[in-house]
Amino acid sequence: MSGIWVWIENSDGQISAISREALGAARTAAAELGQSVTALVFGQDVSGIADAAFDLGADAVLGCDDASLADFRVEAYGPLAVQLAQEREPAVFMVGASTRGRDLAAWVAADLDAGLVADGVAIEIDGDTVKLTRPVYAGKLLSTAFVTDGLQVMTLRSRAFPQAESTGATGTAEWVSPAVAEDDIPTKVVGFAGKEGGVSLTDASIIVSGGRGVAGPEGFAPVRELAEVLGAAVGASRAAVDAGWIPYEHQVGQTGKNVSPDLYIASGISGAIQHQAGMRSSKIIVAVNKDPDAPIFKLAHYGIVGDLFKVLPALTAEFKKRLG
Amino acid sequence: MKIAVCIKYSLDASEVKVDPASKELKMAGVPYKVGVIDKHVLETAVTLKETYGGTVHALTVGPTKAKESFREALAFGLEDVTLIENPLEGEVAPDVTAVILAKAIEKLGDVDVVVCGEVSDDGFTYQVPPRLAEALHMPQISFARTAAIEDGQLVADRDLEDSVQTVAAPLPALISVMEECNTPRRPTLLEAMKAKKKPVNIWNVETDLGLSIAELQQKAALEKVHAEGVVVHRKQYVLKGDDLNALSNELVDLLLADHIIEGGA
Repeated sequence: MSGIWVWIENSDGQISAISREALGAARTAAAELGQSVTALVFGQDVSGIADAAFDLGADAVLGCDDASLADFRVEAYGPLAVQLAQEREPAVFMVGASTRGRDLAAWVAADLDAGLVADGVAIEIDGDTVKLTRPVYAGKLLSTAFVTDGLQVMTLRSRAFPQAESTGATGTAEWVSPAVAEDDIPTKVVGFAGKEGGVSLTDASIIVSGGRGVAGPEGFAPVRELAEVLGAAVGASRAAVDAGWIPYEHQVGQTGKNVSPDLYIASGISGAIQHQAGMRSSKIIVAVNKDPDAPIFKLAHYGIVGDLFKVLPALTAEFKKRLG
Repeated sequence: MKIAVCIKYSLDASEVKVDPASKELKMAGVPYKVGVIDKHVLETAVTLKETYGGTVHALTVGPTKAKESFREALAFGLEDVTLIENPLEGEVAPDVTAVILAKAIEKLGDVDVVVCGEVSDDGFTYQVPPRLAEALHMPQISFARTAAIEDGQLVADRDLEDSVQTVAAPLPALISVMEECNTPRRPTLLEAMKAKKKPVNIWNVETDLGLSIAELQQKAALEKVHAEGVVVHRKQYVLKGDDLNALSNELVDLLLADHIIEGGA
């Protein structure tokens, strides 16, 4: 068994940010292990993705370009990855911890009777073993976990690893046939809807969030205004989502999105453990809250005690002036 | 229609404290309960039953002491709960859980739909639903925001980060739902009373499911975990003063100094 495989998630002709990060992590690990990095590129019309994977430092690309792979379905992607892994026996299989990636990694691990460590945020090489640090219990505990035998399958959290950088390298991908014919894939995608615009929470380097303190759907206006000036995504606590003030896809927390931006501005959020679990790994946390005893201040680097409806507009004006 | 739901007696992570000196977790007295996500799982299953007819059977892998914790779950309108006793020391690894649940679902027999939560409240590995689907050779619709049966197929909207797919899968099929998919009911007092009479069966992995503990141990040993508590050291610097413009100015200075944002020309 040798070699590190990375599944390259892609959409609209682009490699997803989370897969650029996984490639970055794989290259670092491969250098220490003295092994090569193979990118798995599945999809339809993905020759450009294969080229991009070489450019990002993949030593080899194993691809499959087929209409049955146009949409991600684990019933199509899983057997293909399994078949390739059985033929070529990689040592490590890395996957970004996106919804698609989590499904693929667990399905492949189950089929191959392999161990899987989920949601790694840091990597340490020990002999031939890739050890991962992963947060548990709402981030109160960091565990080091690794697979003890056979193929090491792992998912890597978004924004935990630097993205692989362009190398200018080129190469020739090896293209294989799909493992399952369309007629034998039980699941069919019968509808598709894009999401509303704006910056995606998991990819955002800055997030401005609102909680119970925004007191209503219109209360998100100052949150959005500040976010716009900063080029930030808009987040929300569970309380704000449960109240129906903002759609669920903005929810940050253990059961919403897990985020780790460079800057997280929490406004009108008390800091319930549920919320902390989703944002405590942010680099810098700024809290704005009326209540000086709100738990969010314990987690924050910088705090302003005050009414968010006054503080946020003042911040917006200041950022506008200074970042202009 | 026969529906199996997988729920978990989970540790309440909000009650876990870390000793700042030793970084050890203070686990004594931390309560366990049926997970928050599981209420959405139960609601999904019971709504399917009410809409299309059928029965709902809950399965869980956990310690024997969990037996008393399923009254509220039963009050949702389940037929029964089956607790499969954890045969190993400590928490059950997700790969072991999936193998046990797969066997239990086969034993229930003729299951049309398996409903899971996207992730457990405590383990947070996202592994069990896809592993279970693979073990049962069932198609799966994960991260679902809706659930319906149309023309004998399971149809659901699955949430991908950048889009929403509507997926159809022939039965039997597995669905893992997000909290967003519904608002769980609050069982009435009468339903709670009735639930007292409903059974919590106890199954043993060897005698009831024919699994080998040695093999499960081998599987569990595939991942090794060493854990240490995290003590957060934050500046917790609260900016003082009444002049919001001055405070804003100071905050921007701090963020620029931290190289978190970059100033304009």
